[in-house]
Amino acid sequence: MSSERAKSTNHLRETDNSGLNYETELTLGLPGESRKQISGTKRRTSDVTELSLGSSNNCKDDHSKNEISTGRAKPLAKTQVVGWPPVRSSRKNVIEKCKYVKVAVDGAPYLRKVDLEMYDSYLKLLNALQKLFTNCLTICNFQSESKLMDLTNGVEYVPTYEDKDGDWMLVGDVPWKMFVDTCKRIRLMKSSEAVGLAPRTPVKSSSTS
Amino acid sequence: MNPSLKKPRESMDLSNSSELTQPTAFPDEVLEKVLSLVESHKDRNSASLVCKYWYNAERWTRTKLFIGNCYSVTPEIVARRFPKIKSVTLKGKPRFSDFNLVPENWGADVQVWLDVFARVYPFLEELRLKRMAVTDESLEFLAKSFHGFKVLSLLSCDGFSTDGISSIATYCKNLTELDIQENGIDDFTGSWLSCFPDDFASLEVLNFASLNSEFSFDALERLVSRCKSLRVLKLNKNVTLGQLQRLLVRAPQLMELGTGPFVPELTGRQYAELESAFSNCKHLHTLSGLWEATRYLPVLYAACASLTFLNLSYATIRSNEFSKLLAHCPNLRRLWVLDTVRDKGLEAVGANCPLLEELRVFPADPFEEDIVHGVTESGFVAVSAGCPKLQYVLYFCRQMTNAAVATIVRNCPDFTHFRLCIMNPGQPDYLTNEPMDEAFGAVVKTCKKLQRLSVSGLLTDLTFEYIGQYAKNLETLSVAFAGSSDRGMQCVLEGCSKLRKLEIRDCPFGNAALLSGMEKYESMRCLWMSACRVTMNGCRMLAQGRPRLNVEVIKDENSDDLADKLYVYRSVAGPRRDAPPFVVTL
Repeated sequence: MSSERAKSTNHLRETDNSGLNYETELTLGLPGESRKQISGTKRRTSDVTELSLGSSNNCKDDHSKNEISTGRAKPLAKTQVVGWPPVRSSRKNVIEKCKYVKVAVDGAPYLRKVDLEMYDSYLKLLNALQKLFTNCLTICNFQSESKLMDLTNGVEYVPTYEDKDGDWMLVGDVPWKMFVDTCKRIRLMKSSEAVGLAPRTPVKSSSTS
Repeated sequence: MNPSLKKPRESMDLSNSSELTQPTAFPDEVLEKVLSLVESHKDRNSASLVCKYWYNAERWTRTKLFIGNCYSVTPEIVARRFPKIKSVTLKGKPRFSDFNLVPENWGADVQVWLDVFARVYPFLEELRLKRMAVTDESLEFLAKSFHGFKVLSLLSCDGFSTDGISSIATYCKNLTELDIQENGIDDFTGSWLSCFPDDFASLEVLNFASLNSEFSFDALERLVSRCKSLRVLKLNKNVTLGQLQRLLVRAPQLMELGTGPFVPELTGRQYAELESAFSNCKHLHTLSGLWEATRYLPVLYAACASLTFLNLSYATIRSNEFSKLLAHCPNLRRLWVLDTVRDKGLEAVGANCPLLEELRVFPADPFEEDIVHGVTESGFVAVSAGCPKLQYVLYFCRQMTNAAVATIVRNCPDFTHFRLCIMNPGQPDYLTNEPMDEAFGAVVKTCKKLQRLSVSGLLTDLTFEYIGQYAKNLETLSVAFAGSSDRGMQCVLEGCSKLRKLEIRDCPFGNAALLSGMEKYESMRCLWMSACRVTMNGCRMLAQGRPRLNVEVIKDENSDDLADKLYVYRSVAGPRRDAPPFVVTL
């Protein structure tokens, strides 16, 4: 599958006339890698430094006196580093109160997370999802519906979500605030698989409810 | 200076003496009266060094004791020197224990102190503990031993449960302050609140925000009604908005309020009542809590004009609501927030709070990798542009540049505390890919009054050269994942003459660096080095060269000759007698 994706990349690049040259390959990106294009500076593809974290053995690695690692140290073992960042344990659980939900895209190896509280409408959420999976999804407006599509192969994705009761629902049926309250996680399902779900109310482009 | 002065107090009778043999013409009473007005323990320490006479006068007039490291002295030594103590502040474990770097049962047990205090200071009124091990038995002992006991403050302590707090509520009839913060405790039940006797009315400070258990709201409401002098009330997450309104109506004199969460939904009438309750709190200067408050924040607006300290560090508030709230808080001096407010929220800070002196931005989700949210360098710059009086900053972020920090300190040259945490260890300037040396160079060159510094990001020895050269008022330095060689640490030890606390983790500093500070550590409170390159041999050399230092290594199972965690501190108490097996005293 990854080679298929790579082919899609090339195809995308050839047809992309915007002049923007994404240095990253078409993947969903490794966790932690910044996905923004930093304006003004070409970011070098990182040289992974020798800096692996947490065990004292690594301090024995040779750093010659003035050697400066130029690459961005990948946060490889960050979660293994005890006591870092220096935050008291009482502060660690604050985020549970946030509405960060996992977003899975069928066929993609990595999940992402979005903070539903950041958006006040379905359209803004779809925009955000498009940005997260920027190399493979675009919002297409067909008639009065907004859908997410992979332009390279025409595969349509239907946003679905799991609610508090554990049921999988189509995104867009309930008012936005109710959706934020009940949504536990999101899955972008391939249209072809989304059969059998109740007929939906189209997600209107101008909806802000 | 002889700490065990056994000579009883002599009264100097000047009127009968034709010879003035003492260096001063003041009678005891005058000197003691003057000294009794000296509050600061640092000033008192200086006064006690003038001469024996002053030493004596000082020790008889000191009522407040501050012990920054409980192992630097024994309770017996303290008891012998100071006969009239009413208030004790005691700090125990090294600061990195807050971040799980110190194993459990390391020590700092308060009981040994309570045993002596019960004997020597039966009129003890105040006890403030930080990073101490406290058991329920100790709390019960405390409650029963000191009949005039008034103030208990427990910050970052562990080992006790709500049962211990019940003892305090039950037996301390004169309690004015109960302040429980950020402790690792067992939270069984809120019934401690019901343990206050029905006629108990002296409470002025009640902070139980960090306790999660349910409690009887009735008991709380009655307590608040009775305690007319209540000025600080910090509630936990189990207080609803409706209940908050009832409490505020009973205590409009409150000066510091920590709310519960802003749930559940309010009717129009309830909203109006709550708004009215807040507008009646004319003395409110500190506000905290809020939790998931995203709606109903406008009820606070009427109370915000006099706010000087807003603590939203447990509130996942977003930039929009935050900006609107800030528009009503022009008098803020201190602000604690989560990075959920983003740069946009910080821009609002810069725009609305020109009097700001302290800003702390905490990470809402410090361990998540795949979230590129939070604040960046531009938020920090925006605050600095609008708040030139900034003195204290604690800033957690995922990206920073040298240029931004240079701009920030140009805007705010009065920093006394600069704590920057770039959360990815060893991360360079994200625009130039250079180390962050110049950032901290700018900080120490510009901020002449700097007392406390925490560094982060990719740093070479150059950072430490700058620190040693320019940070002449620096007292506390925290370093992690930084430096290139021993030289870095050496520069700091040589150059920072006022250094008192140095804590280092995961840096390439070894024995040469450690031993270069041999002459210095006795003028400091403590040194912490973990996951560096110091060996057991190096530590032994330090211990042998300096017998008045306690050189302790916390042994890790797998490390052979490496001293995994080193803790060095000056002490007149000698080596610890209560060290657990994993603490090796050299």
